[in-house]
Amino acid sequence: MKFTIQVNEGPYQHQTADSAYQFTKAALEKGHEVFRVFFYHDGVNNATRLGLPPQDDRNITKLWADLAEKYKLDLVVCVAAAQRRGMLDENEAKRNGKDSHNIHPAFRISGLGQLIEGGIQADRLVVFGD
Amino acid sequence: MSDIKKFMYVNRKAPYGTVYALESLEVVLIGAAFDQDVSLAFVDDGVYQIMEGQDTTGIGMKNFSATYRALGDYEITKLYVEKESLEARGLSVEDLMELTWEDEDEDYEEKPSIILVSSAELAEVMAGQDVVLSF
Amino acid sequence: MLHTVNKSPFERNSLESCLRLSAAGSAILLFEDAVVGAVQGTKIADAVSAALSDREIYVLGPDLAARGFDQSKLIDGIQVVDYGGFVDLSVDKGTVQAWV
Repeated sequence: MKFTIQVNEGPYQHQTADSAYQFTKAALEKGHEVFRVFFYHDGVNNATRLGLPPQDDRNITKLWADLAEKYKLDLVVCVAAAQRRGMLDENEAKRNGKDSHNIHPAFRISGLGQLIEGGIQADRLVVFGD
Repeated sequence: MSDIKKFMYVNRKAPYGTVYALESLEVVLIGAAFDQDVSLAFVDDGVYQIMEGQDTTGIGMKNFSATYRALGDYEITKLYVEKESLEARGLSVEDLMELTWEDEDEDYEEKPSIILVSSAELAEVMAGQDVVLSF
Repeated sequence: MLHTVNKSPFERNSLESCLRLSAAGSAILLFEDAVVGAVQGTKIADAVSAALSDREIYVLGPDLAARGFDQSKLIDGIQVVDYGGFVDLSVDKGTVQAWV
């Protein structure tokens, strides 16, 4: 079965980023397809490449990135929500005259249409929020 | 696969206190371009999103309530409001914005978009959805 | 349909609303802070038990364990699943509605 996952909260503040990760991992390990993981609202903060959690804590961005590498996951960060919160990739930073960028390369920035397309293409859209 | 899915946006949070209502509306507007069978549900504090007379001048935030009036132009014409949520908040449908759409098949007659439903009726509508986006 | 609830019923009304608006025959999964809604002897236990007459209720075991609850403390009829079971429920029960 084909899933799209929507993540609405940032890492650490809410468990739901962890829950979304655990669900996505379990679905993939069961042989299901994950069409896309879409990060919205504060969920865009999952994509920061500058997070420095303590050594003995999990690194949620890295967990997503590793999962994406293993299963060729499409991790999409909503551009409107990301810009509002200062989350930029290199292209966006350049285009908007900003001096730095912070999106991990395992994630890509795109529009809200990707969420709707995810809902259309997948058999199930599963929302993780607060 | 069938081309058209039933999408429901479920709004359960009040506007302004958190960003969910505004960003939900942004999804609804983008989603309108995809020609799906779209409806919105206003439940719990979500009913406060469509209160008449919102004025944000004193809080320095954008008043986005007018956008709900434009939904009809995007062919989003089914806005379910749960009666029990209104009553629990001492509200009635008269406290809400008058939201309408123009039916081009009937000489652009203005029709109400708000559909007042009981919990049991809304439960049935929800049970028939293909995709539920919760905000 | 699978309804998911992740907030404590003592902090938010999401479980209460889910119980009010979930149709007979649907399934409900309690996870994260909502797992406390599956425990016996709370002020909402009667409402949860009543829902079991026409809906299935599941609770996520890892979240229950993380919060120090033993499965023997659960309301009769509530079933425990792991993340894989959560995936199975979303496959088997149809559309997923999150009560965030």
